[in-house]
Amino acid sequence: MMPSPVKEVVVISGKGGTGKTSLTAAFAFLAQEDIVLADCDVDAPDMHLLMNPRVEMEQDFYSGWQAEIDCLKCSNCGKCQEVCRFSAIIQSNECFSIDADECEGCGYCSFICPEQAIQLIPRLSGQFRVSRTRFQHKLVHANLDPGGENSGKLVNQVKQVAARIAREDSKKIILVDGAPGIGCPVISSLTGADLVVLVTEPSLSAFHDLQRVFNLVNQFRIKTACLINKADLNSDISTKIKAFLAENSILLLAELAYNTAFTAAMLKGHCILEEENTSFQPAILEAWNKIISLLN
Amino acid sequence: MKIAIASGKGGTGKTTLSVNLASWLALQDKVVLVDLDTEEPNSGIFLKLPLIRSIIGVKPVPVWQSDNCLHCGKCQGYCQFHAIISLPSEVLVFPKLCHSCYACSELCPASALPMLNEKIGKIDHFARENLTFIEGKLDVGQEMAVPLIKQAITYTESQSVNSEWLIFDSPPGNACPMIEATKVADFIILISEPTPFGLYDLSLSVQSLRKLNRNFGVVINREGIGNSDLERYCLDEDIPVIARIPQSRLIAESYSAGKLVYHEDNDFLSSLKQIKDFLQNDAFSC
Repeated sequence: MMPSPVKEVVVISGKGGTGKTSLTAAFAFLAQEDIVLADCDVDAPDMHLLMNPRVEMEQDFYSGWQAEIDCLKCSNCGKCQEVCRFSAIIQSNECFSIDADECEGCGYCSFICPEQAIQLIPRLSGQFRVSRTRFQHKLVHANLDPGGENSGKLVNQVKQVAARIAREDSKKIILVDGAPGIGCPVISSLTGADLVVLVTEPSLSAFHDLQRVFNLVNQFRIKTACLINKADLNSDISTKIKAFLAENSILLLAELAYNTAFTAAMLKGHCILEEENTSFQPAILEAWNKIISLLN
Repeated sequence: MKIAIASGKGGTGKTTLSVNLASWLALQDKVVLVDLDTEEPNSGIFLKLPLIRSIIGVKPVPVWQSDNCLHCGKCQGYCQFHAIISLPSEVLVFPKLCHSCYACSELCPASALPMLNEKIGKIDHFARENLTFIEGKLDVGQEMAVPLIKQAITYTESQSVNSEWLIFDSPPGNACPMIEATKVADFIILISEPTPFGLYDLSLSVQSLRKLNRNFGVVINREGIGNSDLERYCLDEDIPVIARIPQSRLIAESYSAGKLVYHEDNDFLSSLKQIKDFLQNDAFSC
């Protein structure tokens, strides 16, 4: 297979709230128009709050199926309810019906219904959008419907659209803001990544989560770098994190001090580097330059 | 009373509130705390209780029996999750994609796909005096947290007959893991911070919970760090604000070292008292 000329950088953290989105936005600010941005934290997306994007395209996202019972055909035999492992079949006065919140879309009920009264219909799971940020990047972002399933598939969709735009517009880098955790949306965001940036902080929780997410990244054999945010909050744990990074050949991109300036910037809808007199500029610039050189 | 502590945005204080509330309530009452953030469980770091029992977290998946197989290919047609590929000479099963619906297994004409349990994580049970702690931990590389969350809840309910408080520390976000973890709770505490990210992600959680007709209220953490939009949103939406925990570097430092904070920080302690008072007196009148 030909190596892809577009490089993909995925920012994740394991633990939430370590500063993924704020830092991804700062990198996007530095990269200016050279990148396509993708917000893959689809069930709690925040990148648009710093980027004030103008939506250029919006499309519904369908994923999987949902069973539907035709009441006119239903003979009330109850076989569907017997086989459903998800307690998604409700008996009402007239006939059986589907609890859409519980239905997994497996179709078992539709296969065994003797009256063929159950069909599978495509499930609307959210929307994805292509927008232009106030810095003129293209941003691909999405919204999973409340309580939605298949966030992994929506992440996949966002990444595919971002890759297509990058090819069409000859952008070299796709910068992906990922989800917390190590489950399906994170695994989807890692597929095809060229570099993973782990954003952590010196707390026992974040360090524990960092090790788990690193083990996951290792299963994919992707090059990894790390940024320690709020580094002065606990210097003992910072030291331990740095030892862990060295042991595992993870490049340390930067250490940033605990500072409420990130929140102050967020309140204005700014990224941190737009703030006057920010002390973070050199460290974040150095981190971004290291990311660029790791990609080459 | 069953309480879930959740938040749309990560890092807003779910675990801090869960472990402190559970430990403080356990000074008087019997309490069970369950960490359902199975992808990244952190409550155990703060509690350090002795382990009583460890059980394997499983989900049932089909296992191909070559001797029985007729190679009819129906199993692949039944599976909506692409977890089965039927090749001319063998059937491949991808357990990580399986949703355990049993369709392939029970509809196979030759009984060639019996369901067997596959390990996806573990459930650890810790206890000392009044406090029981149950932790679900997903194996790294597993995609689906929901089956383990369900199993941890079922296990908890079998173990917590005489407890006054059951507290579920939920996973972040607004997708299926959060919904599953809050499903059995009588009341859900959404903890957020007064920032644009905190407000936006809270509003998504509110949509999810309202759609399901759930009882919930808000705890504002790091009060003073941001603006008053979150407070105004709760007022406009008629959502009770149960307590406000001030922004404090001391709390952040205690958290970083894995320490409980309620006996060091009076503001935090009074927030816990307000939360208990609210749950006992007001939670079901709103």
